[in-house]
Amino acid sequence: MALLVLNEDQVQLKDSARDFIQNKAPIAAFRKLRDSNDKDGFDRNLWKEMADLGWAGIIIPEEFGGFGFGYTGLGVVLEETGRTLAASPLISTALIGATAVLLGGSAAQKKEILPAIAAGGWLMALAHEEGPHHAPYAIATKAKADGGGFILSGKKTFVLDGHVADQLIVVARTSGKSGAREGLTLFLVDSKTPGVKITRTLMADSRNAANVKFTNVKLASNTMLGAIDQGADILDPVLDRARIGLAAEMLGSVREEFERTVEYLKTRQQFGVLIGTFQALKHRAAEMFCEIELSISVLLDGLIAIDENRKDVPQMASLVKARLNDTYFLVSNEALQMHGGIGMTDEFDMGLFMKRARVAIASFGDSSFHRERYATLEGY
Amino acid sequence: MSDLEKFRAETRAWLEENCPPSMRTPMPEEETCWGGRNPVYKNPDSKVWMDRMGARGWTVPAWPKEYGGGGLDKAHNQVLQQELGRLRARPPLSSFGIWMLGPALLEFASEEQKRHYLPQIARGEIRWCQGYSEPGAGSDLAGLQTKAEDMGDHYLVNGSKIWTSYGNYADWIFCLVRTDPKAPKHQGISFLLFDMASPGVSTKPIKLISGASVFAQTFFDNVKVPKDQLVGTLNAGWTIAKALLQHERNMIGGMGGANMPGSSGLRSPSVAAKRYAGEIKGKIANPAMRLEVAKHNMNSRAFGLTGQRMADEMKAGAPPGPASSMFKYYGTEQNKRKYELLLQAMGTSALGWEGKPFEEHELSITREWLRSKGNSIEGGTSEVQLNIIAKNVLRLPD
Repeated sequence: MALLVLNEDQVQLKDSARDFIQNKAPIAAFRKLRDSNDKDGFDRNLWKEMADLGWAGIIIPEEFGGFGFGYTGLGVVLEETGRTLAASPLISTALIGATAVLLGGSAAQKKEILPAIAAGGWLMALAHEEGPHHAPYAIATKAKADGGGFILSGKKTFVLDGHVADQLIVVARTSGKSGAREGLTLFLVDSKTPGVKITRTLMADSRNAANVKFTNVKLASNTMLGAIDQGADILDPVLDRARIGLAAEMLGSVREEFERTVEYLKTRQQFGVLIGTFQALKHRAAEMFCEIELSISVLLDGLIAIDENRKDVPQMASLVKARLNDTYFLVSNEALQMHGGIGMTDEFDMGLFMKRARVAIASFGDSSFHRERYATLEGY
Repeated sequence: MSDLEKFRAETRAWLEENCPPSMRTPMPEEETCWGGRNPVYKNPDSKVWMDRMGARGWTVPAWPKEYGGGGLDKAHNQVLQQELGRLRARPPLSSFGIWMLGPALLEFASEEQKRHYLPQIARGEIRWCQGYSEPGAGSDLAGLQTKAEDMGDHYLVNGSKIWTSYGNYADWIFCLVRTDPKAPKHQGISFLLFDMASPGVSTKPIKLISGASVFAQTFFDNVKVPKDQLVGTLNAGWTIAKALLQHERNMIGGMGGANMPGSSGLRSPSVAAKRYAGEIKGKIANPAMRLEVAKHNMNSRAFGLTGQRMADEMKAGAPPGPASSMFKYYGTEQNKRKYELLLQAMGTSALGWEGKPFEEHELSITREWLRSKGNSIEGGTSEVQLNIIAKNVLRLPD
């Protein structure tokens, strides 16, 4: 059993990631993307630099041109991006896209796609959700067998990085009814295929999402990722890794907000004293500290669970995501309240974190989803 | 075969030979082995097991051999713990001497004191109690008034302590006393050890809301204490007091984790909820209760992982973090929540006081629920722990 600590290489990676992100993608850069209505919603030059550092292929084995640092490595990088709310395709492409191909791709698909992801060349997006709530098997989008291939029709929503993706990983139904785990199939769909219509949706957190409509899209049989009707066998582990990876980004935001808030308590004066002397605030800060410590532990164990291919990855994913949801919710609200009026201004960063918190919480399952799932997985 | 593998094989063989079969069963609370001068062994095997382990130093495997310990390094101790776990062996000895005083003596006592007191703790010969809180000094522990006057060849102790755990059963006490009434309150305190059989010492058990009397009030009326029973420097006892409190807090806080033996079986909220509130197709029937149970268990697991992370960080060479207050705070609050959840799951079955038709474990849970309320008070209240985190970890201003 691995120790619940980062090893030397991971600590080094974290330090260099922090330096890089703080220099190249400070929160001001994210603000600029938002305020200029940037058409991509992220900085392509930054992504190129990230790819040069190996981050685009961080979980991809070296034989496919990757960095081979595993999910724990990706986790420490994502945590650092969370500190500055850095927008990048790390989650949609380096995490979800690469994972889906690694877990479900044929030898030929791996050979074609993984090096392209690692080089920073291909952007990917998972086209999965169809309603306002995370619901892995509530899929009505249909792929009908047609000659040797398929015809794809349906609508997807909240597709992260959908409007910049070169390739969509589409979860479609090839048999059964919406809600059934059986009968799902994953397809790799070039976003320029006729019949694919992508519309960017502007979200509260100013990060990238899109709605995608498929109208009689013709797919060749080699676009299938994994086996027909067995897509959930790939989708489930992909979602678990997405949950834990996103939680790593969330932890970075939580720590940044908390540190800034504690600092504020030490500098802001009212009634002639520092507000950090008030026990009403001290205790709330100390409680947040405890919740954050617990979050650090579960996240690290979750990342290690993936890298060690442990059987309890599904439980850990629900544990990690629910805990980071709750902690990010708590800290983003407390941080704003403790900053008082200034926290309500757009000029100040606390609001950016609060908006990001809610979108991140809604992504890949909110806490009630994960508590329910955890109970089921644990047999009660 | 590596040294560790050899040690494992030998340990396994020795334990198979020497751990009595009844010591491999779950331990009812009344069979806890506390040792001491006047021990009570409800199960005679408890004494056999304690003596055999004590003779090898394995009641305190990590302490140095010259002080009665096993002299095992971390790796060997881990092997021993794994082998004990394999047999589900009971702890051979439960003792405040092991959990609290011993670590403080190892750090602060003179060589002579260590050689004298530690082996007696290791062998379970002396049962210790803790003289900390006083009627007027609870959360404000440093405000304690029990005084020890220097009478030349001895100290004369007068005052009283309260919440002395098992004070009425203990042989010796480690006691905080005021030795300089004029100094600022943290700087006039000393750390004394003395025999509870000394003339002038008396105790009175305190009955708690659970019906149990695990605490006593302890009175000192002109108790003479030899001067070589002072630990550390005169008037510098607060440092020792604080270090010892950290050990105490870790001990109390450990109760909230998912891996505690008390959290399994009928004390597991999910098991209790299914059994007493019903299940449908393997799920707890009431969906609201089910989610509460899940939330609780997830927090317990997170807390257990945090304990593991702290231990692993120390193994990896990091200095011990300021974790004990967080541990104490979260662990005790979580333990209280566990009992509230058990009561919710079990309904009136966990509200019996005594006798039939209640099952023994149901009656225990009622009492344990009430007992758990003290967890967030003893060893420093939850509020005190939050203050300590705010001050020592977050460095918030006073």
